[in-house]
Amino acid sequence: MKPRLIVSRQIPAAVAERIRAEFDCPYPDGRDMTADEVIRLLDETRADALLLTSHLRFNADVIARVPDHVRIAATCSVGYEHIDVAAAKVRGLPVTNTPDVLTECTADLTFLLILAACRRAHEYEAIMRAGWRRGYGLGEMLGTRVWGKRLGILGLGRIGQAVAQRARGFGMKVLYCNPRRLPPDQEHGAEYVADLRAMLPACDVLSLHAPLGPNTASVMNADTFALLPKGAVFVNAARGGLVDEDALLAALTSGHLFAAGLDVFRAEPEFDRRFADLPNVFLTPHMGSATVETRNAMGMRALDNIAAVLAGRPPINPLWT
Amino acid sequence: MAKPVLLVTRRLPPAIEERASRDYQARLNPDDAPRTGADILRLAQGADAVLCCPAEKLDGATIGALPPTVKVLGTFSVGYDHIDLAAARTRGLPVVNTPDVLSVATAECAMLLILSAARRAGEGERLVRSGKWTGWAPTQLMGTLVSGKRLGIFGMGRIGRELARMARAFGMEVHYRDVARLPADLEHDAIWHDDDDGFLAACDVLSLNAPGGEGTRKWLNAERIAKLPRGAVVANAARGTLVDDAALIDALREGQVGFAGLDVYDGEPKLNAGYLDLQNVVLLPHLGSAATETRDAMGNIVLDGIDAVLDGREPANLVR
Repeated sequence: MKPRLIVSRQIPAAVAERIRAEFDCPYPDGRDMTADEVIRLLDETRADALLLTSHLRFNADVIARVPDHVRIAATCSVGYEHIDVAAAKVRGLPVTNTPDVLTECTADLTFLLILAACRRAHEYEAIMRAGWRRGYGLGEMLGTRVWGKRLGILGLGRIGQAVAQRARGFGMKVLYCNPRRLPPDQEHGAEYVADLRAMLPACDVLSLHAPLGPNTASVMNADTFALLPKGAVFVNAARGGLVDEDALLAALTSGHLFAAGLDVFRAEPEFDRRFADLPNVFLTPHMGSATVETRNAMGMRALDNIAAVLAGRPPINPLWT
Repeated sequence: MAKPVLLVTRRLPPAIEERASRDYQARLNPDDAPRTGADILRLAQGADAVLCCPAEKLDGATIGALPPTVKVLGTFSVGYDHIDLAAARTRGLPVVNTPDVLSVATAECAMLLILSAARRAGEGERLVRSGKWTGWAPTQLMGTLVSGKRLGIFGMGRIGRELARMARAFGMEVHYRDVARLPADLEHDAIWHDDDDGFLAACDVLSLNAPGGEGTRKWLNAERIAKLPRGAVVANAARGTLVDDAALIDALREGQVGFAGLDVYDGEPKLNAGYLDLQNVVLLPHLGSAATETRDAMGNIVLDGIDAVLDGREPANLVR
């Protein structure tokens, strides 16, 4: 008999296909469910496993209502702010995420934001969609070149390293700030600066790749933005909570920053609408991992975690041990 | 001795106009008014040099009628398909352009087009700004991964080679199609194709980086598009004339081409209105070299070339 699975959100077709083949699941394509529906379906189907996304607030209340026959909850995401890991641990419920598989994809999007912000892609696209009427003069609508600039990376984890690697193709000098210096083979030619405040004045472009935690919350604020050189470009494809958005808006409006590229916001999707009124920002809806290949890989990894636990093996990517 | 007279057909970046005015009696165009061939002939009376832009057509008749005082023609561009070179040669008029200096900015633009088309950034941007974003979802705006894919570059000149270098940093496998194979020191590990079919079949992403002109007119037509892998990404930061727009629009509608990013258009600033109805295209208004650093470098190199000719030296950027 196939193991029974509930999927709490719509998922990519290739993942659904594997679910049909390997699991007994009432909605193998996923369906956008409320917490109540999830609990009800887990009960009714006597499910062995739950595949969820950040759509479902998997807090202590919900976890307490998960029936005992559910042996694993796997989130199809690398972030797990929506999961009360401590509560899952108390309850003895293994929870897993999908790291690694979205590194290249997110680094690509980061570089897209760098290029789009520097080269004024929002304004250019808006010109076209409004009906382009005339060619621009040779001194008009100029952006700033990426090639040869200095890139500062806050947080040289997997994604930060992949961004550093891409920067080399653009002849950029890369600086990084991290809680500790990495071994040279992981530095990709980047230069270590222990103190963020010492790094910022040397960054023509700053890209955030740090996790959100007590030490990094609002790490970019009025003080730290002021340390960037005038005309710098700021990019965030990590977490919105890393940024004091009032300070960022002020720096973009005053001209201290030339532009910004943002994929994440403090509040999502109810982001600060003042960003949408600015011409010098490129805004994307948290799509760092939004490719068919990566979303498939994330779904497959979530299923791999489920399959491992249901087969009595340890999970591949446990959130608690 | 009086400074030589330089006619500048369009407004240039401030640093360049400053240099032109320092070294020449510069006839500038502060209003940036478009200039016809007749305007240029009128304004060039008594000029020693003319600095033009791609927006002006310097055809055989215009070049033939330039006053005899004009000893050099500079163009604020790397391309010179707007200049009748044969006529310039007959007239004994040296032409200087802006090679090299805009390669990286244009290659950056090509990479921006590739990434933003493949990753549906235009749609994402419009969704966020519209206020209709309802939050993260596993199947929302799924694009195509660029990293690790095969990139085919049609036209492996300076811009193509800069793009190849950028693409390698994204883990892409680079293929190229050109009239001749490059020497190993320029080729690196890019794979040369001497026929269209094999080349097109290798293009998960196709970037056009070839010159315009009759030889490449509508090179990307329905027949060649059909030979791309299904769902391929197409980017054009070179010349609009390289593409058969109707065929590309059909392919984008039908899905043979998954996504396209365009900075140039046949007949620009007019463009085939079919593009505007599509969500899976990213459109930019021919601003591939529009970076401050690049425009300044272009202005300086073209003025260097004009200086050289008027000094009786051989310019490094002479169009041959």
